[in-house]
Amino acid sequence: MPSLRTVLRWTAVVAGAAVMLVPFLWTVITSITPNGSLAGGPTLVVKDPTLAAYRELLDALPMWRIALNSFWIAAASTLFQLVTGSMAAYGFARLAFRGKGLVFGLYLATLMVPMQVLVVPLFIEMKTLNLQDTYLSLLAPSIASAFGVFLLRQAVESLPRDLDEAATIDGAGHLRVFTTIVLPLIRPALATVAVFAFMGSWNSFLWPLVVIRSPELMTLPLGLSTLQGQFTTDWDVVMAGSVFSILPIAVVYLFAQRHIIAGIAHTGIK
Amino acid sequence: MSRRGWRNRGWVLFFLLPSAIPLVLFTAVPMVSSLWVSLHRWNLISPMEWVGVDNYTHLLRDPATRDVFAHTLLYCAGYLPLVFAGGLGLALLLNQRMPGRAFFRAAYFLPVVTSWVVVALVWKWLLNPNSGLVNSLLGALGAPQPGWWTDPAWALPAVILASAWKDLGFVMVIMLAGLQAIPQDVLEAARTDGAGAWQRFWRVTLPLLSPSTFFVVVISLINGFQVFDQVYVMTGGGPSGSSQVVVGQIYDLTFRYGRAGEASALSWILFAVILLITAVQVRGQRRWVHYA
Repeated sequence: MPSLRTVLRWTAVVAGAAVMLVPFLWTVITSITPNGSLAGGPTLVVKDPTLAAYRELLDALPMWRIALNSFWIAAASTLFQLVTGSMAAYGFARLAFRGKGLVFGLYLATLMVPMQVLVVPLFIEMKTLNLQDTYLSLLAPSIASAFGVFLLRQAVESLPRDLDEAATIDGAGHLRVFTTIVLPLIRPALATVAVFAFMGSWNSFLWPLVVIRSPELMTLPLGLSTLQGQFTTDWDVVMAGSVFSILPIAVVYLFAQRHIIAGIAHTGIK
Repeated sequence: MSRRGWRNRGWVLFFLLPSAIPLVLFTAVPMVSSLWVSLHRWNLISPMEWVGVDNYTHLLRDPATRDVFAHTLLYCAGYLPLVFAGGLGLALLLNQRMPGRAFFRAAYFLPVVTSWVVVALVWKWLLNPNSGLVNSLLGALGAPQPGWWTDPAWALPAVILASAWKDLGFVMVIMLAGLQAIPQDVLEAARTDGAGAWQRFWRVTLPLLSPSTFFVVVISLINGFQVFDQVYVMTGGGPSGSSQVVVGQIYDLTFRYGRAGEASALSWILFAVILLITAVQVRGQRRWVHYA
């Protein structure tokens, strides 16, 4: 016979899961409910399930292309941030040079500037360079992130110096020490930065909204936001679009769940 | 300079330039030019016209500025307690051995990896005044059914609800990590001294959790003041401006009204407010944050 405490705890845990999962379930249900029967609200058991909303979605927007855009842009900005961030981290942690403190301080200063401050001048910059409405403009602000540099520098600083000094005595240069000793040892920090970089790019909305016009160049959040009509909204199509854009990230999440959660928790303890 | 010195300088450039160049081009330059734009009247098309600090003085006197800051503040005031209490509650529930723990943790966290736009659209549908799930349930219970995003009084609460739902899992993970860092013997000692579960929570767990709480509060307020995506998608700042927030105003000033100078000035005012609030919290943390 379980105690009252256990029963209460389980009720709370399951109720919590319902609150978090029912909206997703509802999204799927709406997306396969025939449009005509949505007016009274969808029902738990769909009478005539249909994929019409998905067909309509694919007619309205080049969704496959848009999903691919989201993916490769997130992957590219992650890769860029890992490379530029780990190199800078090594520079700050292992090289001696005059003005290091000042340069690092300037890096940190860029961390505090919100995207909203940058969005207008960045848009003008892209317009001047004739880059607006291109992939390059989408990618540009996320090539390097001071946040990544900061996190990775901490990781490099915490490695014992004996390791790379021993390698240096053996004749290894900075590049060898960096690639064969430092990089493998800071893998957990690299994973954390990768999680933040990928999620940041995948979810980013304001910047794509400002700089992208052509549907072929849109990312998922931007494409989805255009599905809302001015006056009426086809909720089955919008929900089909939501399913379409949740699925890929849900699959990634399923496999990388432990790393993602560990990565987020890691930043909080610091 | 010696050859060694030049070699070292070469390495410094090699390691730092890949990050320094993009940061200068896409953060530092826009930052400086944003200050410059904020001192001009400019509609993005015709030549800029120098107005000095007029944009700032005008904004500080404009009731619209007061409104958008009030809405942003209200958003934070509603969002923070919800997400903190909810996230801490979930963390406490999961902070012990139980079957299916990994599943529940993953389920609570799923909204965190979902994009704001999707969350906003899904909640706009859930909170649809006529055929949404929430109002159907409320109706079945005989409770009043708010107009949510169609009603000026309910538009902001609708946004708050969606936002708290998305971020619960994030707060939970941070608090869970904090809970697991609390040494068990401290709780054990409190138990042997006769402290009940309630006392242990308020007197031991919560104070020892204060670094995590501090992190959550600082991050939530920084993000809260920059709220935009979900507002833009759910309400567009409406009905009749009732849910317009600061960043929404910056966007509209630039791209709808062609007042880029004022928009830049407003973005700097927002930045100053965020810096101030964060600085106050960092200074104030000595009073209540205990690092073990």
